Amino acid sequence: MVKVIVDDIEVEVEPGTTILNAARKIGGDVVPPAMCYYSKLEGSGGKCRTCLVEVAAGSTADPRPMPKLVASCSTPVQDGMVIKNKTSERVHENRGAVTEFLLINHPLDCPICDQAGECHLQDLGFEHGKEGTRYEEERRTYDPIDIGDKIKLHMNRCILCYRCVYVANQLTDQRVHGVMHRGEHAEISTYIEKAIDNDFSGNVIDVCPVGALTDKTFRFKSRVWFLKPMNASCECTKCAGKAVVWMFGNEIMRVTGRKDKYGEIEDIDGKTAWICNDCRFDKKDVSEWNIEGPRVINRHSVISQNHYLKNDPERDAKKLTGTK
Amino acid sequence: MESLSNRKKVVSDKKMTFWESIYLPAVLGGMWITFKHLFRKHNVTKYPEETREFAPVYRGQHVLKRDEEGRENCTACGLCAVACPAEAITMVADERKKGEEHLYREEKYASMYEINMLRCIFCGLCEEACPKEAIFLTDRIVPTYFERDNFIYGKDKLVEKVDERIDISKRQLTGKRPQKS
Repeated sequence: MVKVIVDDIEVEVEPGTTILNAARKIGGDVVPPAMCYYSKLEGSGGKCRTCLVEVAAGSTADPRPMPKLVASCSTPVQDGMVIKNKTSERVHENRGAVTEFLLINHPLDCPICDQAGECHLQDLGFEHGKEGTRYEEERRTYDPIDIGDKIKLHMNRCILCYRCVYVANQLTDQRVHGVMHRGEHAEISTYIEKAIDNDFSGNVIDVCPVGALTDKTFRFKSRVWFLKPMNASCECTKCAGKAVVWMFGNEIMRVTGRKDKYGEIEDIDGKTAWICNDCRFDKKDVSEWNIEGPRVINRHSVISQNHYLKNDPERDAKKLTGTK
Repeated sequence: MESLSNRKKVVSDKKMTFWESIYLPAVLGGMWITFKHLFRKHNVTKYPEETREFAPVYRGQHVLKRDEEGRENCTACGLCAVACPAEAITMVADERKKGEEHLYREEKYASMYEINMLRCIFCGLCEEACPKEAIFLTDRIVPTYFERDNFIYGKDKLVEKVDERIDISKRQLTGKRPQKS
């Protein structure tokens, strides 16, 4: 085990752990945001640069600071490493610059986008973004594309995190989804817009940190903050059948996987609970699901706005035990 | 205890003097005050014939604006509904079809938009939340009705007519957010 200090908090982790995962072990405010890293997908990370942190001391053996900020999702920790995230002014400044770059070609059409309210880029922009843009050129634009009959791709909104490509590589057996062209012209695409008809292709929607890949069965149906997320399960031969149904009254508007606080699909019984396309797109009837109970949503999230039950586990526990 | 204001008067029932007990000076004093008011400026407007000017911050019936080309500004983003403390706003979104570009500005629009005027408290938060400058409160007064159903205003009453624009320039000035330095 190696000892590292993140924002003056000491934590012991396995050797080889990345800085991001060490910070996640502490949890709370010290965790750097991550747009491209996805712990459930092998090889992801290192693309978006939002998780940059300052290393104030490299290790006990060599305590010199690292000259540049490092991407915490792909830098392994060393014994005695001192990392600054929240406490570093440099990190805040640089993350603002990264956000500005990510937003250069972003259309900022949040009022239309179905991801609004659960979008990581929105959170990042809220925390680090500037009010105006300095970009004067025309934004790069593409027409929305249908990937299969259930997924819509808005390339305008994409930040090229490659998560969906890793899903296509690792979850589906026949890869028909990748990135074409290079640099400025890079574009998520299926070969000649070929439909993906794998059972797990719908998971690209869940991993997308922005609204580039959205569910066509939910397109413009409602806004996430009008819906009530409920944990639900069903008998499914293809997947574990553990999902979240987003309900409006007694109607299921959409089905997603169960995401944790980092926006990643939760592990259930030691396996990542990816859901199959049947569960996601076709089971929209309440009778097909066994509703377990309301999903715990951070009460600062817009999703819990105007929902009078706070769903705050800490608060509920205090209420139950009668402590203040 | 110290009194909260200096308006406290000690009441006493001491015997009146002769001058006070004939009441005439007090009556005449009162008449004089009344008489003086005949020559003062009138503060009352004769309501149905004259109407008073509304303050620029007056918040009356809502309007859903169209842009210069007559397309609806509202894109049904739902921010007004989530900002509304009285939960008076409901909406259903729809996708703009080909050939409807002259009707709606964005690719999504509100196919149904309702404000329950009985619930509305005219706080103006919807206007503040709106990212598209679509909803504004105007200086029009919501009339009274006998039926509750009449108070649920749909798009027919809220969206301004193309040839009958509603002036909201005063509201735009008052609603400007202070620029961050």
